[in-house]
Amino acid sequence: MDLSMRWLADYVDCDMPIKDFVSGLTLSGSKVECYSEEGDYLSNVVVGQVKEIERHPDSDHMFTTQVDVGEDEFVQIVTGAQNVNKGDFVPVAKHKSTVLHEGKPVKITKGKLRGVASNGMLCSLEELGLTTHDFPYAIEDGIFILGDDCDRTVGLDIRKAIGFDDTCVEFEITSNRPDCMSVIGLARETAATFNTELRVKKPEYKGVKGNIHDVLDVKIHNTDLCKRYIGAIVKNVKIEPSPRWLRERLRASGVRPINNFVDITNYVMLEYGRPMHAFDLRYVEGGQINVRNATEGEKITTLDGVERELSPEMLVIADAKKPVAVAGVMGGEYSGIMEDTTTVVFESACFDGASVRTTAKKLGMRTDASSRYEKGLDPHECYEALMRACQLVEELGAGEVLSEYIDENYQSEEPASAEFSAEWINNFLGTDIPEAEMVEYLEKLGFKVENGRAYAPWFRIDIGVKADIAEEVARLYGYNKIPDTIINGVAEAKLTDEQKFDRELRRAMISLGLNEISTFSFISPKYLDKINLPEDSKLRNAVKIMNPLGEDTSIMRTTILPSLMEVLSRNNSYRNPESYVFELGNEYIPVEGEELPIEPSRLVFGFYDTQTDADFFDLKGIAEGVLDKLGASNVEFERPSADCIFNEAAAFHPGRTAVILVNGEQIGIIGELHPKVLENYGIASRAYAGKINVPELRALCSTQKTYKPLPKFPAATRDISVVCNDNVPVAELEKAIKKAVGSILEKVTLFDVYKGEQIEEGKKSVSFSISMRSHDATLTDDQADKAMSKVTEALSNLGAERRA
Amino acid sequence: MKEELKSIEQRAREELSSVKDVKMLEDFRIRFLGKKGEITAILKQMGKLSPEERPAMGQLANKIRENIDNALTKRKEELKAAAESQRLKAETLDITLPGKAARIGRPHPLNATLEDIEEVFLGMGFDIVDGPEVEKDYYCFEALNMPKHHPARDTQDTFYINENVLLRTQTSSVQIRVMEKKKPPIRIISPGRVYRSDTVDATHSPLFHQIEGLVIDKGITMADLKGTLELLMKRLYGEEAKVRFRPHHFPYTEPSAEVDLMCFNCHGKGCSMCKQEGWVELLGSGMVHPKVLADCGIDPEVYSGFAFGIGLERITMGRYSINDMRLLYENDMRFLEQF
Repeated sequence: MDLSMRWLADYVDCDMPIKDFVSGLTLSGSKVECYSEEGDYLSNVVVGQVKEIERHPDSDHMFTTQVDVGEDEFVQIVTGAQNVNKGDFVPVAKHKSTVLHEGKPVKITKGKLRGVASNGMLCSLEELGLTTHDFPYAIEDGIFILGDDCDRTVGLDIRKAIGFDDTCVEFEITSNRPDCMSVIGLARETAATFNTELRVKKPEYKGVKGNIHDVLDVKIHNTDLCKRYIGAIVKNVKIEPSPRWLRERLRASGVRPINNFVDITNYVMLEYGRPMHAFDLRYVEGGQINVRNATEGEKITTLDGVERELSPEMLVIADAKKPVAVAGVMGGEYSGIMEDTTTVVFESACFDGASVRTTAKKLGMRTDASSRYEKGLDPHECYEALMRACQLVEELGAGEVLSEYIDENYQSEEPASAEFSAEWINNFLGTDIPEAEMVEYLEKLGFKVENGRAYAPWFRIDIGVKADIAEEVARLYGYNKIPDTIINGVAEAKLTDEQKFDRELRRAMISLGLNEISTFSFISPKYLDKINLPEDSKLRNAVKIMNPLGEDTSIMRTTILPSLMEVLSRNNSYRNPESYVFELGNEYIPVEGEELPIEPSRLVFGFYDTQTDADFFDLKGIAEGVLDKLGASNVEFERPSADCIFNEAAAFHPGRTAVILVNGEQIGIIGELHPKVLENYGIASRAYAGKINVPELRALCSTQKTYKPLPKFPAATRDISVVCNDNVPVAELEKAIKKAVGSILEKVTLFDVYKGEQIEEGKKSVSFSISMRSHDATLTDDQADKAMSKVTEALSNLGAERRA
Repeated sequence: MKEELKSIEQRAREELSSVKDVKMLEDFRIRFLGKKGEITAILKQMGKLSPEERPAMGQLANKIRENIDNALTKRKEELKAAAESQRLKAETLDITLPGKAARIGRPHPLNATLEDIEEVFLGMGFDIVDGPEVEKDYYCFEALNMPKHHPARDTQDTFYINENVLLRTQTSSVQIRVMEKKKPPIRIISPGRVYRSDTVDATHSPLFHQIEGLVIDKGITMADLKGTLELLMKRLYGEEAKVRFRPHHFPYTEPSAEVDLMCFNCHGKGCSMCKQEGWVELLGSGMVHPKVLADCGIDPEVYSGFAFGIGLERITMGRYSINDMRLLYENDMRFLEQF
């Protein structure tokens, strides 16, 4: 809502500094977004009168003028305009002034035009930042010749002379206060905020005799969606531009002036917050106004020239045959006011908010009218608006209003009310405001307080419970005067085990050198192809968004892997040499027969590194590190088998991927990404990724940490190298060693895997360092040797023979 | 013999001064003090001496051996010190050469901020609860006093899954889920992702984070709401932080308030960072609407409470002077490595 301060001044004193006005209203609930002065970009532009004009000696299209700007001497200005005559009053940009050029402020200084001194510039409307809508008598491509609706005192600041010096304040009005989307509504708030008088009179008009029913018939077919319809007739109308004061108020309110009748309906809407409409009676066939639902397939071309298809839930204003307006949204082009209109029908009606909202939404057109109706206007105020429109017609001499009007389907209802108890309000707010002060605030806002109830004025649609009354009191008392207190009573709070685990998990990943990322939870279905997800994967069944912003964000991810891939790919394309990242995020998995999907939490991590030879084992190291940190025991890695629960397995290099098992349960997958996947993401280097199912892991981890005493006796260490078939997994050899050594085993460390010279083709040499320790005595060589011979035997059973 | 010994000592001392390294020193030791060394050789001749002479000569030989040994030890230390000092000199580094980068992981700025906020609330006795992001219309709107076609829904452009299921536009949905399950007293916050159909730009994102707060008990007042949020702001922004409360409208709170923080850049005077207002809008809040309480089975005549919703992005961006929200979701390493 853009408010003209000049307009506001009609109804309330508001001559305080604008900063005070703005902060006062903001703090009492009418939030000011910003404010500006009209034409504040203009400087040193004044009214001048052309005293002499002659052709430029060296140009056939320029003139040299002598202009009186109220100074001792005339100012010589050269102009290229063809519409200037001696005696004309014009805007003069003097030496060192600012005007607009192509919408941007430019400085004007004196200079020479083809050898002739020019000490300023005569201005067009455009150079002032105006259009012919503001001054309909001016021409577009010429100097603005000031008409008699301007103050033509030479030397006067042009903004003052043409009324282009209003202050416009932009308000953010909340949806519960449509009454504040009006000059009078804001005047009321201003009066209440600053405790000054509100000067609003009931509008009246004289009218002429005549039987309205002879020319107009109003029928409301849907009395639920149209709570009141008032129609008036203006005959012998004269369509012409509105006077300057009216035009400039519309302009300051952000509405373009058109002609007197259109302007009057807009003026009333802005002043009273009540949308109105004007029809040309000639095009209301049969003089019939039918407020009814549209029929299937019915069409209307609206004022903006667009043909729109209507549907039966939409309310229209129709004549005997066809719709002439979409109720509360926009009029039809055909029945609008034209230059030769002679009789006008004024409509001031009350349409159902939800219905207008749905219709406007479906037609994709939100108008000034619909944005007011949709919040729910009360039927009572229709009358005042119509009276004001008729009063303006008479004031402007724009036509003759029939004193009789049609008022359909009006049932006066009790105004809204709620319990009023000063004690309750003080207890609720934590304040100590005297009852009399509360009553005073309420009365200023138009409430009546009687017998423990507060009765709201008609236009307040937002009152219903006693908390509403408390808010009215609080906002005028001042929110910032309410004390700040600490909640009574003690409350203990702690993180749940799950929350602690999640924090531990994130910390572990960070300590392993990975950066945390945050990605969108919606993805494109195509991303599933990009990670090679099988066509028949159950992860293809995703939660789909009905109205996505775009295909890229149209389904909720069923796997978090593509989100990670996007980040790796993006960093790669930014030529960042490495990227080590992780995220703890959700997947969204639809459940058969359930309305809502489940949202399990997943850890995803991965990297590419163009600067080091980091590989699969760095990735595995990260996985092992995080699992160790979180207290997972019995961790194993195995190649994905047929019963692998991770559909993402196909995203990985088949020879370089592993399922993570904790206590035999599959809780994650890691691997080098498949070359095809890397190609899909435009990543030229190798890249690695992993995913861990967090709740499943959490269930298997022990957060309890118990100190184990440091060893008192030395360890015995033996190395062993064996040669075995290349396809024997090292993990199996390790397992065999562990089993063979038994309880005295402290640690098996793999320190070499070798293939090549001296080793038979298809075989490899594997070397372990085995550390053994007893907790109650120093191990003897004999004990260690015995264990080693068991190891040799066990490995031999796996076809791994000790190297000589 | 005596002379011989003296001359050995004399020679030893002379030779020792020309010994240049540890190896030469060892040769020296063997030559003079070793089992086959010169002093041993002399001592072997002791048999030729008379028994009277022997003790004195033995003493002298031992004395000279000790002298040589001491000189040797001293020389050894000198050589060690010289070698060490030479090594240290040779090993001098250009310490202005860059360090070898250790890989350091960092939390995402949103989560770092969230954890700080969570700590403040845990300290004030607020538990942290979670709720679904894909949510029923009922929890996101209807139960929050926003029936279908309510105009306030327009301010939260919604992604729908179907007529009754949507992506939650606000974490307020968790309020209802908590109130349905738990009876007062309630003191919770609920951080999480929310979704609105806004096109991405520097200040908008279709996905962002909110932290919802809810307190319900007997005798909770608007002054408690003010005190709680004031405290939060001071903890987050320092004791000098100034906040103001401004009336607003949310269908699920009455009275409703928006909370502004005085612009740190201009201290309320108005600048480009605060769009000349002097204040930066931070969060929405209010006293829980009695209808919302009643619909959750909590008697509004007995209990009252307040709720608030904090935009995590706004707080994070303010905190680190991030001027474009897109950076938070782009996850560019050059951005992430700054926190």
